[in-house]
Amino acid sequence: MTLDFFIQNFINAMQWGSFLALIAVGYTLVYGVLLLINFAHGDIFMVGAYTGYFIGTFLTNNFEIKLPFDLPSWVVIPVTIVATMFITALVGVAIERIAYRPLRNRGAHRLYLVITALMFGLLLEYGNLALLGASDRQFPNLFDKIIYSIGGITVTNIKIYVILLSFLSMGILWWIVQKTRWGMAMRAISYDRLAVPLMGISVDQIILFTFVLGSSMAALAGIMYGTAFPILRFNMGMLVGWQAFIAAVVGGIGSIRGAMVGGYILGFTQIFVAAFLPSTYRDLIAFVVLLLILAIKPTGLFGVPRRTKV
Amino acid sequence: MKRFGMPALIGISFLICIVPAWLGWYSNYIQFIITLIGINIILTVSLNLINGYMGEFSVGHAAFMGVGAYTSSLLTVYLLTENPFFGKAILPEELSILIFPISLLIGGVAAALFSLLIAIPSFRTRGDYLAIVTLAVNFIFKSAIENVDAIGGPRGFMGMGKVVKAMDNLVSFPWLIFWTFLVVVFSIFIIRNFINSTMGKSIVAIRDDEIASELMTVNTRWLKIVAFMLSCGLAGVAGGLHAHTVTFINPSSYFILQSTYILVMVYLGGMGSLSGSVISAILFTILLEMLRPLDVWRWVATPLLLIILMLFRPTGIMGSRELLDVFPKLKKYFSSLQERLTNAFIKS
Repeated sequence: MTLDFFIQNFINAMQWGSFLALIAVGYTLVYGVLLLINFAHGDIFMVGAYTGYFIGTFLTNNFEIKLPFDLPSWVVIPVTIVATMFITALVGVAIERIAYRPLRNRGAHRLYLVITALMFGLLLEYGNLALLGASDRQFPNLFDKIIYSIGGITVTNIKIYVILLSFLSMGILWWIVQKTRWGMAMRAISYDRLAVPLMGISVDQIILFTFVLGSSMAALAGIMYGTAFPILRFNMGMLVGWQAFIAAVVGGIGSIRGAMVGGYILGFTQIFVAAFLPSTYRDLIAFVVLLLILAIKPTGLFGVPRRTKV
Repeated sequence: MKRFGMPALIGISFLICIVPAWLGWYSNYIQFIITLIGINIILTVSLNLINGYMGEFSVGHAAFMGVGAYTSSLLTVYLLTENPFFGKAILPEELSILIFPISLLIGGVAAALFSLLIAIPSFRTRGDYLAIVTLAVNFIFKSAIENVDAIGGPRGFMGMGKVVKAMDNLVSFPWLIFWTFLVVVFSIFIIRNFINSTMGKSIVAIRDDEIASELMTVNTRWLKIVAFMLSCGLAGVAGGLHAHTVTFINPSSYFILQSTYILVMVYLGGMGSLSGSVISAILFTILLEMLRPLDVWRWVATPLLLIILMLFRPTGIMGSRELLDVFPKLKKYFSSLQERLTNAFIKS
């Protein structure tokens, strides 16, 4: 148990926690605005990763249809990221339009919304399995991997990019939510849903914006996950997305700060558990942690308990 | 006699399900489908107790099915067969006819005890958070079994086929269909009586308004424990039957997809409608089998079906009414005049 061991695991945990935090933020944003746990969000992460795979493969000329010229990597990377975020945001918005909005407008019981969300997640997952087949895909190599060795620690440049990019995006997200008018409207809806339209703000537009924001973050996480762990599988939405969901609940669903902190807490727990116990226990430990935290503090670490009038 | 409705129904189903199988008129495939329909009826009826009558939102029912499946399979295979996991058989094969129902019962009890994992959190949480807890229990079950290599872990467990064959060698009778039939009748009987009793009415009161029912002397904690244990115990027995029907089980067969199937059947039938659950279980099993040529698209069709259901008919086929409410003239064959008058008074 040397210092090197701890620092190595610390860096791995920061990377893993970044993925979980980015996806958890999406869950929290939608819950804050709609009071709905968007169970389909983990599979939106999967859609982001696969979209990034297709676009990246196309742009790096590894696809069946080849471009007549080769693009340099400083063009490929931003184009892939932006295009993937855009398309995944479209998917998120489509789900909201097709499923959630008609049920909301009809005033349907929240239970039906939750079931629909769960089913949409499964639909995306099994649709992927049916359309693309069961074999795993390999994410294209967008940047060359450089390995740095400092003392006994090996760090790849990808890990550093992931951590930096996550912090940057979470910073931008925080700025949007706290300092812009759209963000103010999102926070207003989570405080008092009925007063917002009275103030001349279109609730539908804000909800749209929330879904765009959450889905783009998930898409970014998908691309980075594909770069760091290049094998894509149809059930990665369930594998990674559910853990991010636990992170959001642990941090307190409805609180963006909670989602970010929860992501890193869960990431650290999982990496350090896997360092000492066989790695098959990772999921088990994650869910036991969830149950324990829900038993002690049912609304999560930073969550605000919702009061119901009797 | 006037009240011949229920015995007639049971007799007719016995004639349709068991006698032709005994005489060998049904192929193995049809016997398999009949057993599966029975298992799905048990699962749907038990989940309807929690999701429909009590108004909770439990999406992890397959985990309890899995607990029952693994427990009863481990017992029968350990005791009765020679297998690569445990070595030689302990008891002679002739006892299999006796051991099988006992192992189902023990599987049910194990699942009922496991259900305390969601019953106790349900004291403090409702709605979305309980859904999270039940999902977590689903994942915990799967991960826990996958980590126990002695019973196969993710590779699965088998050997139940030998037990069924041993029973068949002793007395040539469709044992699995028979036991499934018995458990179906038993579970519908128990749940129907439970719902019509004082405890059942208290459970419906918890759904309507938990705090008001606490004020009206309803012991919500005790009732939640009873309801969860009953429901998950029945699911455990269904799991034991399922394991012996498919003779090979692994943790992923009792995971989210299976939970989704049970959820679809409950909401398709209508929350709070027993006859709706039975009808939708039969319909859904047949539908799923008819979609078999579609291969993987079957697994796309199930969530799609539930989404369409939620968008267009969220109350399900029967809503919260029973079949006898739709055909009121049949009531005189099923319940006595006194029962009908009492129920009419309470329902109005």
